[in-house]
Amino acid sequence: METVMSFAVGILFAIGVYLVLTKSLLRIILGTALIGHAVNLLILTMGGLKTGGAPLLGLGETKFTDSLPQALMLTAIVINFAITALFLVLAYRAYQELGTDDMEKLRGKQDE
Amino acid sequence: MPGLFALVIIPFLFSFIVPFLYKKFNNKIHTGWFVLIVPLVIFSSLIPYIADISSGKTVSESIAWMPSLGLNFSFYMDGLNLIFGLLISGIGTLVVVYSIYYLDKDKESLHNFYIYLLLFMGAMLGVVFSDHVFLLYVFWELTSISSFLLIAYWYQREKSRAGALKSLLITVFGGLAMLAGFILLSLAGGTYRITELIGAGGDLSGHPFFLPAMILILLGAFTKSAQFPFSIWLPDAMEAPTPISAYLHSATMVKAGIYLVARLTPVFGGSAEWFWIVSGVGLLTLLYGSVNAVRQYDLKALLAYSTVSQLGLIMSLLGIGSAALYFGYGDESVVYATAVFAAIFHLVNHSTFKGSLFMIIGIIDHETGSRDIRRLGGLMHIMPVSFTIAVIGSFSMAGLPPFNGFLSKEMFFNAVVLIRDLPAFNMDTFGVLFPVVAWIASVFTFIYSMIIVFKTFAGKYEEERFIKPPAHEAPFGMLIPPIILALFVVGIFFFPNGLGRTLLEPAWHAVLPSLAGTGELHYTIAAWHGWTTELAMTIGVVAAGIILYLTLKRWRSLYLYYPQRFTLNSIYYWLLGKMESVSYKITEKYMTGSARHYMIYIFAFFIIVMGMSLFASGGFTIDLSNDAPVNFYELVIIIAMILSALTVLFSKSRITSIIAVSAVGFFIVFLFVFFRAPDLALTQLVVETVSTVLFLLVFYHLPKLKKEITRIRFKAVNAVIAVASGLVVTLVALAANGTRLFPSISKYFEDSYELAGARNIVNAILVDFRGFDTMLEITVLTIAGLGVYALIKLRLAGRDKDENSG
Repeated sequence: METVMSFAVGILFAIGVYLVLTKSLLRIILGTALIGHAVNLLILTMGGLKTGGAPLLGLGETKFTDSLPQALMLTAIVINFAITALFLVLAYRAYQELGTDDMEKLRGKQDE
Repeated sequence: MPGLFALVIIPFLFSFIVPFLYKKFNNKIHTGWFVLIVPLVIFSSLIPYIADISSGKTVSESIAWMPSLGLNFSFYMDGLNLIFGLLISGIGTLVVVYSIYYLDKDKESLHNFYIYLLLFMGAMLGVVFSDHVFLLYVFWELTSISSFLLIAYWYQREKSRAGALKSLLITVFGGLAMLAGFILLSLAGGTYRITELIGAGGDLSGHPFFLPAMILILLGAFTKSAQFPFSIWLPDAMEAPTPISAYLHSATMVKAGIYLVARLTPVFGGSAEWFWIVSGVGLLTLLYGSVNAVRQYDLKALLAYSTVSQLGLIMSLLGIGSAALYFGYGDESVVYATAVFAAIFHLVNHSTFKGSLFMIIGIIDHETGSRDIRRLGGLMHIMPVSFTIAVIGSFSMAGLPPFNGFLSKEMFFNAVVLIRDLPAFNMDTFGVLFPVVAWIASVFTFIYSMIIVFKTFAGKYEEERFIKPPAHEAPFGMLIPPIILALFVVGIFFFPNGLGRTLLEPAWHAVLPSLAGTGELHYTIAAWHGWTTELAMTIGVVAAGIILYLTLKRWRSLYLYYPQRFTLNSIYYWLLGKMESVSYKITEKYMTGSARHYMIYIFAFFIIVMGMSLFASGGFTIDLSNDAPVNFYELVIIIAMILSALTVLFSKSRITSIIAVSAVGFFIVFLFVFFRAPDLALTQLVVETVSTVLFLLVFYHLPKLKKEITRIRFKAVNAVIAVASGLVVTLVALAANGTRLFPSISKYFEDSYELAGARNIVNAILVDFRGFDTMLEITVLTIAGLGVYALIKLRLAGRDKDENSG
């Protein structure tokens, strides 16, 4: 299963990267969301899959799946959400102000 | 007796309290009086060491800093660095006294000045007493930085800033080369300790790193000691206040390179490369400096070139002396070893006479407002004390008796005459150049020494040419330091061997430890050797010098024939300009302002570094034995997830893309359930729902996805980068599964009920074990929330107005 997941993660990541490299702002945001998902799954896979029961005590299990990656991912999911939200609003405002969502038109370095 | 570490650290510590002293007392007492304590304490603490060191002992001290990296505050002292320590603190004392009268306490920002000065003093002591190559390097760069600050002390002046920048660029370039050289040398020698490297002696000469290390370290030494062609920063450094020029650019910092060459002579000496580079560059610098000094009108620039030239002289003596190590111990080696003795002797002499000369020039500048020899003249009767000191200093520099410069100059002539007969290093063909170059350079040295005295003090006194008339003698306090130095100049001539026995010989032995071990290395300095070749050379120098000085007006115009385009300065500025334009072009090439390009750099870097290190470290192994069994439902979900992700890639409509990405998120919820992560599943479900809503809200305002009209190449590059990134991630994931370097630490958290009273382990980690992290996570979320709010609320009102009105 880990092997299958490794490939799945790789494919998700590749799609995400491709989207990030396109010109449309919306696609870029969707791409970052996909990369976020891919990384979460990567962490989960690296921790080992289904090595025991869910990490809940008192349900009669004695062996649990690794709880630490899950805790890390929980944080990551929330932060991902924050990033996506901020990004979306940023894109929306940029479009409103500048009238384009084409990254090639948004390039500029006069103010650096 | 405070330890060496304490001595080095005192100036740094004291610099912290200088601003407070300045603030509290400056309107009553010149801050310099407080600072004076530091060099005085250091100097007087070094004196008790002299007895020990001259009896052949050494002092060593080490304070742990990062012992695991072999990095310690290791200091040591032998004859060589004791001399430098005494010069640094002794001349430092005099310079501080001098500066008290030179710098006005009401007009100058003295706190800055003295902090820089102390910083420099500490760094310089650190350079000479360090026993660790990296420690030495750190102090070395500190001297460059503090020298930069001191040169730019009058930062309002354009020329000060330019001079400071030039010196910094050149010396730091050399410093970096030296660092590389040190690393190679330590690799070759297997130790970072300088004493141990010296102990290894010439054993390293067969090592492949020997030559590169030598050249790189010499680059550092030559840039610091203003050797040809790196000498150009020294004349520009004369923009610094004169006390600084006297201190840094005559007596101490420029001698750091000399120190380094002397220090490492046991390691590199005896090889033909070392001999030729050091003595050749030294002689070339000697000639270049003295010839250029004669053409200067500014007295300080003249002294700067003369310093360059004298440093070249010392350098060439060290090079000649290194020939002694070619032989090992024997009568023939002692002959050449004497050159090293002469180098150290001249080093001390140069510090005394050049220090006093700089101070006198400073006095002239201070009292008349000018340093230009075309304006000056006739000061002999007005400034009799300064005149006397100038005569002593200049005549010593010219190599005349009864001053100490005569003694070391004779020894120098002796060395260049004897080296002709060296039966090695092709000296039979080139040897004759040594005395010839030395003699010509000495004639020029004689000429510029005379210029200093007679163009300034003799001639007609024309007060209206001065900027600050009427000229008068300097205050007594300002004259004390140069008087003390002048007394040394004369005193050393009459009693050279007291100095020779106690300080010079131990230093000599420290430079040539393999020869000193036999205990036969002694030298008695004498003014009279009979009618020798050296004496004839000196007489010739005086005769030719006088003739050329008197006819100076007739041939000075010859200098104008040298094309301006080929001066070192023009080359330097040309190089600097080229460097700027080239780096600008390169930056312009890759900093395109396109986010996509920057993303490509990031991902390409990721692919190359991760992929390479994965294989280079041998970390890539595939081990499927620990895999969990593949379940049919899971497989279906994964395939569905990938299909929805692919839909995003090919979809032409916004709504499809958004829904497809949401679908990926929801399939992941299923995966979390399968993989025994109930908390994750719940969180993902909530987050995904909210994000979908958010996407749909914003989507209404976003433009339609256009069919991206792009060239094939654009797409191909994207695809290659994307596929390669995905591949690297897959490989990393596989490798991570194949190797487990450490057991999971999660066992600890499984006692969460006992530790935290929680049955849900993941929750316990988040809110109990790592509660602080979670709080910060919430902070991030809050910041993001504020950002979203601000972005929506923010209307660029001001800008809109501007655009409308414009």
